[in-house]
Amino acid sequence: MEWTRKDLIGIEPLSRTELETIFHVSSAFKRILDRTVKKVPVLRGKTIVNLFLEPSTRTRLAFEMAATRLSADVVSMNADASSFVKGETLKDTAKNICALNADMIILRHSAAGAAKYLSEIIDIPVINAGDGSHEHPTQALLDGFTLLQHLDTIESKKITILGDILFSRVARSNIFSLTKLGAEVTVAGPATLVPRSFESMGVKVVHDLKTALVDADAVMLLRIQHERQSSTHFPSLGEYTSVFGLDKRRAEWLKPEAIIMHPGPINRGVEIDSDLADSDRSVILEQVANGIATRMAVLYLCSGGSITGLENSTK
Amino acid sequence: MSTTRIIKNGRIIDPKNLRDEVADLFIKDGILVESLSDQEAKDALITDASGLVVCPGLVDVHVHLREPGQTHKETIETGSWAAAAGGFTTIVCMPNTNPPADTAGTIQHILDAANRSAVVHVYPTGCITQGRLGEKLAPIGSLKRAGVVAITDDGDCVQNNEIMRRALEYCHMFDLPIMDHCQDAAMTQDAVMNEGEWSIRLGLKGWPAAAEDIIVARNAQLSEMTGTHVHMQHISSAGAVDIMRRAKSRNVNVTAEATPHHLALTDERIKDYDTNSKMNPPLRTEKDRQALIEGIKDGTLDIVATDHAPHTNYEKDREFDYAPFGILGSETCFAVTQQVLCKEAGMSLNDVIALLTYKPAELIKLSAGTLTPGAVADIAILDPEGTWKVNEETILSKSQNTPWWGDVLTGKTIQTIVAGKTVFENGTIVA
Repeated sequence: MEWTRKDLIGIEPLSRTELETIFHVSSAFKRILDRTVKKVPVLRGKTIVNLFLEPSTRTRLAFEMAATRLSADVVSMNADASSFVKGETLKDTAKNICALNADMIILRHSAAGAAKYLSEIIDIPVINAGDGSHEHPTQALLDGFTLLQHLDTIESKKITILGDILFSRVARSNIFSLTKLGAEVTVAGPATLVPRSFESMGVKVVHDLKTALVDADAVMLLRIQHERQSSTHFPSLGEYTSVFGLDKRRAEWLKPEAIIMHPGPINRGVEIDSDLADSDRSVILEQVANGIATRMAVLYLCSGGSITGLENSTK
Repeated sequence: MSTTRIIKNGRIIDPKNLRDEVADLFIKDGILVESLSDQEAKDALITDASGLVVCPGLVDVHVHLREPGQTHKETIETGSWAAAAGGFTTIVCMPNTNPPADTAGTIQHILDAANRSAVVHVYPTGCITQGRLGEKLAPIGSLKRAGVVAITDDGDCVQNNEIMRRALEYCHMFDLPIMDHCQDAAMTQDAVMNEGEWSIRLGLKGWPAAAEDIIVARNAQLSEMTGTHVHMQHISSAGAVDIMRRAKSRNVNVTAEATPHHLALTDERIKDYDTNSKMNPPLRTEKDRQALIEGIKDGTLDIVATDHAPHTNYEKDREFDYAPFGILGSETCFAVTQQVLCKEAGMSLNDVIALLTYKPAELIKLSAGTLTPGAVADIAILDPEGTWKVNEETILSKSQNTPWWGDVLTGKTIQTIVAGKTVFENGTIVA
């Protein structure tokens, strides 16, 4: 078990072993989070810059908390409060951040490929916190970690991702992650948002909700993203709910012990019935909690933290 | 006294005249002649072309010279250098300048700059619509009188079918072809690459081939209706090739070009978000690429044109979504085209040179592109086996945005001669 990367750009380049390494380290950090003193000094003296050029609540907060738990100093920057509004490029902004001696950049950006681009022009680690419709690797890691807690293994499990797949970075990162971990992945939703070409990524494409849900071990719901897609993809949110919304009756199609996941923010009454989102089957808040441990693992590993060293300090 | 030149012992390839032989080529006062008198031969400047190909100077009906308005990317002068470095002696520049070339005054400005600074022949095109906005016809008659060889809104595509129909009818009386950039705007809004497996994987907004095919089909129908020659620019999809083939079988007055990059590359190039592989229309799939090659071979696609589109490094060096569309084409055209069409697809060098000489010239009714005695002595001396590296020294364009940067290509320009005078030799412009 080892880790040699300085950046986390996506799930696609990772091996199964690397994914399992992150889960292993995440478990160690999760144990720390259960203590009274929820802080370890492993990144003390390091400065992490949260460069969020697209709105985010959950992800930014989770990264900030993860960094704080590791004793790093965190500086957060938003697009509207930065030189981007004055026309500065990502490259120049990043070079400035490096000149200020930052140790790591966490980037959220609306353009696919932005994190990879950034990692090629600066030397310090770059963590992708979502690049356009491309990848959101830490979301897939926390989802995988949550699935493992409930299903013990992901190998051969039937997992359905339901909703706006086309514009979803969460869907892509989860497809890469879950297929590497041996799951049978189905993507489902309206044909306009779930094109057949997703089959080339090794998943099943289904446009009928019942077929998508029957016998699934877990279903991941995705938000219908108003800000990302043009209005041509489906008639209305109401129609979406009537054809693809998950409610208690439709949830019966799942395996009895199946779990319901959602990366948030949820649109109650659109992709998921409000009661169902709050029910026992829903692990939505567990996902949020696991987002801290998994992101601590990513920050730690990409900073060059050793796996054995960590095991000693968390005993 | 006359000025005379002899280009000795080259393999003369002149596809228009079905000529392919090792012989001498004679030039007198900038004009090709059958022979020289003994005295003229004695006084002639001799160029030894042994082991090299001597062919008509290449003709490119699709370049962006960026002047006026975007001279940080390219100027008429530097664009003509790039052309000469690629063996081109005649280039046709697109009107998507700033301001757009939609008035006689702007055309005159371009011609003046060309006279002053270009080392090859430069012919301008004018806009179809005012401001290239697709709304009102540009003053096409005045543009013709000012010297345009074709009408086009290149970079944009007239979306309104009624306007396009009227543009075709109107152009017909001036005997001007319309060159169209075939792109349905609504279907490609915010799109940055071909729609397919790679766009899905990369999370980039996809650009369906159908958005091109639909406009090619529309243009074929309108050409059939009006009789006006419509030239489809940079065809990139298998569907468009098929539509062209069917239109031509009905003798519709349509022609089409393919670019070297669409013949050589596919959308897989974008897997690492390489902005120097971002262009409009986008690189498509291997199936499309094969269809383009097939279309070139059977004559469905008439010519090769580069769509030379310079952009600075700082414009290209950024997030893929934000980088501008377009790549250089002039310097690399011959090498890339012969690599694909001769070495990969088995076409003869003669046929490939035809695609780059008299065929594009005839398409816009220029007398260029032949070595016929009496023609202006525009000549390219090429080494099909010569290798060269794409770098700061070999790229004479003001910009460097090519997917072949750093690569070693086979197929080299040795000398470019315009009206009997050498303008490019030993890798540099001869002032």
